[in-house]
Parts: sequence; structure tokens; C-alpha cells
Amino acid sequence: MPSAGDTVSTARGYRLLGHPSDLPGHLAALGPAPLPSRDWSRWREEFVSALEASGLGGRGGAGFPAAVKLAAAHGAGGGGTVVVNAMEGEPASDKDKLLLVASPHLVLDGAQLVAAASGADRVIVCVPAGRARVAAAVSHAMEERLAARCAPASETLVHPPERFVAGEESALVRWIGTGQSLPSFRPDKGVSLQIGRKGALVHNAETLAHVALIARTGPEAFRARGLDEDPGTSLVTVSGAVEQPGVVEADRGTPLIEIANRAVPLGPSQALLVGGYGGAWVGPDHFTTPYASLPLRAVGATAGVGVIVVLGQGVCGLTETARVAQYLAGQSAGQCGPCVYGLPAIAHDVARLARGQVDAGLAARLERRLGQVEGRGACRHPDGAVHLVRSALRVFAADVHAHLRRTPCARRDGPTQLRFPVAAPGVTR
Amino acid sequence: MIRILVDPVACDAYGYCAELLPEAVSLDEWGYPIVDGAPLPAELVDAARRAARACPRRAITLRKRNPGH
Repeated sequence: MPSAGDTVSTARGYRLLGHPSDLPGHLAALGPAPLPSRDWSRWREEFVSALEASGLGGRGGAGFPAAVKLAAAHGAGGGGTVVVNAMEGEPASDKDKLLLVASPHLVLDGAQLVAAASGADRVIVCVPAGRARVAAAVSHAMEERLAARCAPASETLVHPPERFVAGEESALVRWIGTGQSLPSFRPDKGVSLQIGRKGALVHNAETLAHVALIARTGPEAFRARGLDEDPGTSLVTVSGAVEQPGVVEADRGTPLIEIANRAVPLGPSQALLVGGYGGAWVGPDHFTTPYASLPLRAVGATAGVGVIVVLGQGVCGLTETARVAQYLAGQSAGQCGPCVYGLPAIAHDVARLARGQVDAGLAARLERRLGQVEGRGACRHPDGAVHLVRSALRVFAADVHAHLRRTPCARRDGPTQLRFPVAAPGVTR
Repeated sequence: MIRILVDPVACDAYGYCAELLPEAVSLDEWGYPIVDGAPLPAELVDAARRAARACPRRAITLRKRNPGH
């Protein structure tokens, strides 16, 4: 669980972290959310154009432009729901928990603004069952807002199950509508999500906090941070072989290693796991890659959910990858054959590779399975696992080579440096 | 331009599609269909319709445009 001491913000001017958590403090520091008073159409036009001009990309994983998502939802008609996605099912991520505890009003203001712009009349905040501290902060904030009449759209807190895929946006919307926490098959992702017959707009909690700030400061302040083509700041949870794990706010475009260094690595790092467990390993050759969409893509990674895990020297990267692959296989929603059968098969292959229990067909079999599973699920869960394993084969190529020749690996049985909600899956005998 | 779309949630690996349309559908090692998403040659469209009708899970649909775009 994050605490205030975890936060490191070197931000000047625009910043997401460090705002007051109580409503009086929030209002005194930032003023009320600039919600529409009279001329709604004009307000909406200005709000949407500010969001467009800001270039804000979603901070929940896909990085989809927030303004485009809003425009699509508006086309779907009013009376809908804004869903605040604070599911944060990624075991290595703490940013949304931290944000909701530290600045719940920022997130809720963002949701109210998006609701006003899309014609939605309710806001539903999704925090998984079992996160008592986050839930308490959100309900307290909602009570304050109700009493102060700061919530024109109704605000409700709900608790979907705590599973990795529960936060996938179609699964979240479906759970709210029907109680089933399962991703839907959506061949056309441009069609907006619905609860009953009304539109539902799902935004990550951090994205909404940015919306709340951009609406107040204007797009220029946001764009003053980060890169021209990928502006603003991002919350990144740094963990692994570091002295001070926690959430940092970094300008988009900051070199990966600089972000990692803020958490004080314990020694030289073998690799960085970037974007989460469905993200990618990045090796030392690319440690200075800017933390931004295009440069990360060029090295086979994505910003994903805002996670950097530092891999120290004490464990084999293939062993860690096998653990993650096994974890991800266990987190399948169980709907699609390629995910249900493919992920355990891939995890098994990676585990054998990690243990040096190789047979002549292992490398080719794993390669074939990776190719066959990718892109064949209703959601992107299997794709994340495939990308992670592919990145491991690339970044830990020397280890792969040694393991395939059954050269003893001194780090094979090293304790995990990753975090798992349950005990790390065992890959050694 | 007609393309085959498999609903992976509905699909239960009966495999009739690959039997009826081996030119465009192969099966993975677990028996689930793999389609490449490319437009179907005109001479295969009728066979594709039969394959879609034969699916006990109604998991195969024919789409006029590229899914996801």
C-alpha cells in the first residue's frame, strides 16, 4: 500500500501529485472544477478543444487520446455513465491507489467534467473488493462532495472482483450492468460501450485527474511538461531491486533509467520491466530510451500501465519471466481457447527453458505457440503475455542460449524481485 | 471484400470450419481456428458461408470490412 512517503515529485508548475486530499484544501488550492453553468454547448466546445489541444493520452494502458474517446461517447447519446477505472489489477502498479488516497477530488472532478461533456448523469468509481484504505478515501471524498454540492452527476463507489482482467474496460462495464466480470468480444472497438441501453465511458483514474487539472490550467501548462508529441507527466510505479520503491511523477520522455534511479536501484540492473506484466523487458542497451509511446515502441515496449520493475543481478530473467507467464496464465478469464490453453502451454515452455530442462523442439515450439496465441483472444490479455515472453527471448538472449545448451545458470533459483498478489509461482523443482 | 471473423468467446473448437474451408481456416494445436483476416478470394465465399452456418456455436461470421477498423 502506498504512503505519502512513497511519492517523489520533482514537478514544477503542472503536477499531479501533491494536491490536498480534503475538499476544503482541494478547493482552496485549485478552486472548483470549471463545470458548465449556462451555455452548455459553448462550455463543451471549449472543454473538448482544451482536451484535444492538451494531447492527453489515456494513462490506463492503451494510451488512447482522451478527447477522441470523449467524442465517441458523445455520439452515443446522453444519460450515460462515466466509469472511473481504478481497478489497477497490475500487481506491480500502485499509482491509482495512491492517487485516490492522496487526491480523490482531482479524480472525481475529472469524472464530473467528462460526465458534463458527454451528457452522463452518473459517475461510478470502481475499486476492487479488499482495498479498504482506497475505498475509505473515496467514500469520504464522496460524502464531502455531496454535502458541498460538488457532484452534479451522482457519484457511487462499487467493488468489482479483484482479478487481473476485471479492469479491462468491457469487463468492467459488463460487471456493472450484469454482475459478470468478463471481457466482451468487440471486433469493432470504435463502437462505444453500453450499460443497459445507455452509453458508458471508461477512463483510468489518473487520466481523469489530468482532465481535472487541464480544465483548470488550460492545455499549455500540461504541454509545458513532457514531449511535444507525447506531452504531460505520468505516474510510474517503480519496484524491484530498489531501495525506495514507490510512485514517481515523471515527465513523458524522461529516460527510463532516470525514472528507475529515483527509486535508488540496489546495484547494477540487468533489465527493466516496462509497462507491467503484459509489458516488455528492456535491456541495458536501451536504458536511456525516453518514457514515451513512440520511443518505447521502437524498443518493443509500451508505457502500458505505468510500471517499471528493476531487475537486479540476483535472479535469472528467464526465471522471472516464467513466474510472470505462469501468473498471467492463471489470470485468464477462461473464455477463449487460445488464452485458456495457449498461456499455460507458453508458461510451461518458458519454465522449462528457465530450468534448463530443454528438449530439441523447445525453442521452435515456444516460437510457434507465441505466434499462434497472439491476437486471438477477445481481450488483449494473451497478447500481453506473448509480448512479455518475446521481449524476454530478445533481452535475455544470452541466457536463452546458455539454457538451451544446458549450461548451469547460477541465478536460476534466485528469489523473485517481482510482486505477486499470491506467493510467486514456483518454477524450480 | 469479405473476411472471416471468429468470435473466440463463442468458439468451442468443434473444428467444422477448418474441415469445410481448409483453404482459409487452419487449427491450432488445441483445435481452435486460425484465420489470417485477409479478404477471401471470391471463389471461397460460398464455402465460407457454409462453414459459418455449420458452426454449432455460431462463432464464425463473414464481415464486409476489416474488423477493428
